[in-house]
Amino acid sequence: MSTPILSAHNLVKHFNAGGFGAARKVVRAVDDVSFELAPGETLGVVGESGCGKSTTARLLVQLLRPDSGSVRYEGKVVGPELPLKAFRSKVQMVFQDSFASLNPRMTMIDAVAFGPTVHGMSQSDATRKAQDLLDRVGLDPSRFGGRYAHELSGGQRQRVNIARALAFDPQVIVLDEAVSALDKSVEAQVLNLLMDLRRERGLTYVFISHDLNVVRHISDRVMVMYLGEVAEIGPAESLYSAPRHPYTEALLAAMPSLDPDRRTMEAPLAGDPPNPIDPPPGCRFHTRCSRAFGPCSSQVPPSHTVGKSHVAACHLNSVKEQVA
Amino acid sequence: MAVTAETVAHLAKIEKSQGYWRSVWTRFLRDKVAVCAGLVAAGLVLMAIFAPWIAPADPLEGSMIKRLSPIGTEGYPLGADELGRDMLSRLIYGARLSLFMGVVPVLIAFAIGAAIGIAAGYLGGWVNTITMRVLDVLYAFPSVLLAIAISGALGAGILNGLLSLTVVFIPPIARVAESVTTSVRKLEYIEAAQASGASSLRIVRDHVLGNVLGPIFVYATSLISVSMILAAGLSFLGLGVSPPNAEWGLMLNTLRNAIYVQPWLAALPGVMIFLTSISFNMLSDGLRSAMDVKQ
Repeated sequence: MSTPILSAHNLVKHFNAGGFGAARKVVRAVDDVSFELAPGETLGVVGESGCGKSTTARLLVQLLRPDSGSVRYEGKVVGPELPLKAFRSKVQMVFQDSFASLNPRMTMIDAVAFGPTVHGMSQSDATRKAQDLLDRVGLDPSRFGGRYAHELSGGQRQRVNIARALAFDPQVIVLDEAVSALDKSVEAQVLNLLMDLRRERGLTYVFISHDLNVVRHISDRVMVMYLGEVAEIGPAESLYSAPRHPYTEALLAAMPSLDPDRRTMEAPLAGDPPNPIDPPPGCRFHTRCSRAFGPCSSQVPPSHTVGKSHVAACHLNSVKEQVA
Repeated sequence: MAVTAETVAHLAKIEKSQGYWRSVWTRFLRDKVAVCAGLVAAGLVLMAIFAPWIAPADPLEGSMIKRLSPIGTEGYPLGADELGRDMLSRLIYGARLSLFMGVVPVLIAFAIGAAIGIAAGYLGGWVNTITMRVLDVLYAFPSVLLAIAISGALGAGILNGLLSLTVVFIPPIARVAESVTTSVRKLEYIEAAQASGASSLRIVRDHVLGNVLGPIFVYATSLISVSMILAAGLSFLGLGVSPPNAEWGLMLNTLRNAIYVQPWLAALPGVMIFLTSISFNMLSDGLRSAMDVKQ
C-alpha cells in the first residue's frame, strides 16, 4: 500500500462513568484501534451497537480527543505536524440523524455555505458553491436552497448534509450510519450518489453501518469491531466469503438472506455484548463465542495476518498456523 | 463563464421560505388569549409613555379638602388619595415607574444571565460546574429575601432597587440559558460546525444563539411580573421608590391606612399590578407555546 491518506494509530478513548479515585469507572469505548486508509478506497466498519463505531468516527475526524494514540493525515500527525484547521477541510463527516445535523434556523444554502466561509471564502462565492453542490446532489437550488431543515424529507436532508461535507473539497468523508435512517429506496439512491461522487472526486470513505449487505456493496475493505477493539479487518470479498473470526462468522450468519435454504434457524449470537465498563479478560468475545477454548479466557489474542491485508484477532488462527 | 452566469441567475431566483419567526408570529396570532394579553400589555406601555398627555391632573398636586374622596367624586373619577391627589393621574403616572422597575431589571439580567448561561452551557466541563455552583449559592436565597437584603444594604432609591432586582434575576435566567444551551450543544449540527473548523465564538454566534435566545427570552418575560411585584414590595417596605413619586407598590403602602375608610380606593394600585403582571404572564405563555411547536 502506498502512503495511507488517513491512519489511526493505537487510538484509545475511555469515557468517565462515575466514581472517584480507586472506584472510578471508565467505559472502554475504543481500546487500541489502528487501521490505515489507502487513497480512494472505502473502508466499511461494522459491529453491534455500542462497539465503538461512532466513537472511532469522532476520533478520526478529531471531534473527540483520544486518550492516547494519534490520527495521521498523509503520514503527518494531526495537531503537532498538521494544523487542525487544515485537517478539517480534508476530512469531513456525515452524521446519522439528518435532521439534528442541520441548524433548524438556517436555510440549506447557508448551511452548505457555512463551511467554506469558515475557511476564508467570501459569502457570495460560498453561496455560489453551495448552489452548485446542491445541484450536484440532486436538489434544485432554486427550490430547496431557501428552505429550512423541517421542510425537507430525510433523504433530501441527507443529500444536503453530503453537500455540506463536499463544500470543503475534502479527501476523506466519514459516513457514520449516514444512510441507516433512510427508507430502503431512498437509501439506494443516496448510496448511488455516494458511489458516483467517489468516482468523480476520488474520495476516500469510512462507511460505518450495521447493515452488512450495504457495507459489502460499497466497501473495498471491511473492519469488524467488537467492544472497542478490532476483531477482524480485511478485503470485503475475502472477509465475507472466508471470515477468520467467530464474531464475523456470527454477524454474517445473522445477515438476512432471501434464499430460503440459507435461512438461519437459531440465533447465532446469544445475549447482549458484555459491559464495556468491565470487559471480559482474554479475548473480549470469549463469553459469547461458540468455539472458545483454552487460552481464550486468559490471553488477549494477537493479530494474525491471515491473508493479503487480512488480519484477525482470534486464537483459532494460531492453532491453524500450528496445524499448517 | 456560462456556468457563473447561470448560477448568478439562480441566486436571484431562490425563494426564501417562510422563516421561523414568521411561523411563530402566525401561530401566536391564532392564540386569542395571548393576543388579548399582548394588547393589554401594549396599552399599559403606551399609557406609561404618554402619561403627561393622558392624565387629567398633576399626580403630585394635592388638595386637603379632597383627601380620600371616594371613586366617582366630581373631578376625581377614581377618587383621591390620602393627600388629596387625583388617583387616576397617579395610577397613570405610576405605570411609568412600575413598568420600568418590572422591565429594566429583567432586561439587564437577561443580557448578563444569558451570556453567563450560554458560555457555561457551551463550554461544559469544569467551567460549567463552577459557574453553576456559584449561581446556586445565589439561587438558594428566596428571591424576596435576597432583594430586600441587597436593597437594605444599599439603601433606598430607584437605582439600588434596580440593582438588587437585577442580581436576583441573573441566576434563574442563567440556569435556563445553561440548560437550553447544553441541550443544543449535544446536537449534531453543532458537531458538524466544530468539524468545519470554526472558532467557538463563531459557532456560538452563528449556530447557538439563534436556537437558544428565543426560549431564554420567553422565560425572561415571565419574570417581568415577578420583578414588578418585587419592586412593589420593595417600595411598600420603603426600600425602592420613595414618596412623593407615583409607583403602584408605594401607593399601596401609603393607602393601606385608608383600607377601612375607602377599601376600593386602596385596592386600585393592587388592581393595576394584578392587571399588568397577568397580562405579561399570559403574553409570555402565548409566546412560549407559539415557539414550542415541533417542526
